[in-house]
Amino acid sequence: MNPVKFRGGRVPALFGALAVVAALSASAQAQPANANLGRNLAAQCANCHGTNGRSVTSVPSLAGQDAKDIVARMKEFRDGKVPKATIMHQLAKGYTDEQVALMAEFFSKQAE
Amino acid sequence: MSTTFNRRDFVKSAGALGLLGTSAITGCASVGGVAKPRVVVVGGGFGGATAAKYIAMWSDGKIDVTLVERGDAFVSCPLSNLVIGGSKQMADVTVSYDGLGKRGIRRVKGEAVGFDADKKTLSLADGTTLSYDRLILSPGIDFMYESLPGLASADARQKVLAAWKAGPETVALRNQLTAMKDGGVYAIHIPKAPYRCPPGPYERACQVAWYFQQAKPKSKVLILDANEDVVSKKGLFMKAWNGQYKGIVEYRNNQEIQDVDARTNTLKMSFGDDVKADVLNLLPPMRAGNIATQNGLNNSNKRWCLIDWLTYESTAVKNVHILGDALQIAPLMPKSGHMANQHAKVCAAAVVAQLTGEAVNTTPMVANTCYSFIDNRNVVHVASVHRYDAAQKTMVTVPGSGGLSAEANTAEGGFANSWARNIWADMLA
Repeated sequence: MNPVKFRGGRVPALFGALAVVAALSASAQAQPANANLGRNLAAQCANCHGTNGRSVTSVPSLAGQDAKDIVARMKEFRDGKVPKATIMHQLAKGYTDEQVALMAEFFSKQAE
Repeated sequence: MSTTFNRRDFVKSAGALGLLGTSAITGCASVGGVAKPRVVVVGGGFGGATAAKYIAMWSDGKIDVTLVERGDAFVSCPLSNLVIGGSKQMADVTVSYDGLGKRGIRRVKGEAVGFDADKKTLSLADGTTLSYDRLILSPGIDFMYESLPGLASADARQKVLAAWKAGPETVALRNQLTAMKDGGVYAIHIPKAPYRCPPGPYERACQVAWYFQQAKPKSKVLILDANEDVVSKKGLFMKAWNGQYKGIVEYRNNQEIQDVDARTNTLKMSFGDDVKADVLNLLPPMRAGNIATQNGLNNSNKRWCLIDWLTYESTAVKNVHILGDALQIAPLMPKSGHMANQHAKVCAAAVVAQLTGEAVNTTPMVANTCYSFIDNRNVVHVASVHRYDAAQKTMVTVPGSGGLSAEANTAEGGFANSWARNIWADMLA
């Protein structure tokens, strides 16, 4: 679960204020038990994908990728929809949706 | 700092000694400011180097990190079997420690021999003493030579090599193989599990077989395994031994030994006839590295170290954390370099939290990926994912996760080389 993000657009002031309250409360619910959980989970990927997701080889970097794309790719691996998968389809099954979302969120915020 | 005297006393005594303004009296990392917490890490392998780097990175310089390592450069065990097979050189598996210096980590070259848990100091063989708030030991393994009288002398150990810590013995074993006559026998003896790197001996057998196939086709590889069966990646290794290495590799299980005669390269078997080889490669039974076993940290069967899986703090001594192969592993958790790197990050997060007053993560995860080279290009893997189980207070595998390669393939040969470069950078750059 990602914290709710606001994109631009004009909304009536009152609705806007309510929406902010709602977003803050949604965001609070989405907070993991430990503030560094996303960082800690993502560190497991570094062995193959590089520290903070910056790979020094042809294995794809994860740093700076859109969180939605990482989540979608992990789901494809987990569901067996990546034809030439060698290992990620096995590793992807080890994590919950929430854990994958936290890792993806962390990587999306790292400089490429 | 655990000192009991207050700041005024400190200023008085320090002033009287003429030491005010130096860091010598307390070993503080900062002068005139608030002292930084100090972490000392022993062992610059997959566990220790990773811990040092991640504590420096995650504390953003708020923790003073020192790495004690006896070697001049890191030499990787993973991929070193390819040096023995001849498709890689030592330079390909050797990485400088200089990258850690760029992260502000102080490196001390030396051999750590003991620590004072009350004074929180680590002592080195040369008499140096280092103060710590938290001590992290990643000592790897040492051999239980007491079980093999025939290897009591240094001469015997240089003749019948283990070559199970990458370095000069890796080269020495390669030289024994290149000097061997065609038609000779290379035998590797594998101790009962647990030992460092479960698939490593089988990968080594494949690498030696690959070399013989190229250069000495009449020669044989004999695997003498003390275990009841192949410990790791059984089907994948058997396929190679019965396929591309048919007629070269012979596997024998339940091969326990009494002793070895290094002069004649002969294994004294517990059952059956003695076995003699032209090149004899003996992996003695293993235990946690010397600094752990000589300081009471080996509280599991006097071989391995028990820890709290949330922090990697020893259950025997407070403020001392242990990583890597020295641990009494959790179920289905291999003693691998990849695993040690993952231990190190959980430990680093916990130590940073402990020293900066934050909460320790109560839901740590670790994953393992282990590639084995069947020849110079084709590779197989085993992978697993482990989560902390609060009820059992240990790590357990996540059901349905992990697995093996379907078959040896060159795509994973590329990934294995890539894995090595990324994990070495993850530890050392």
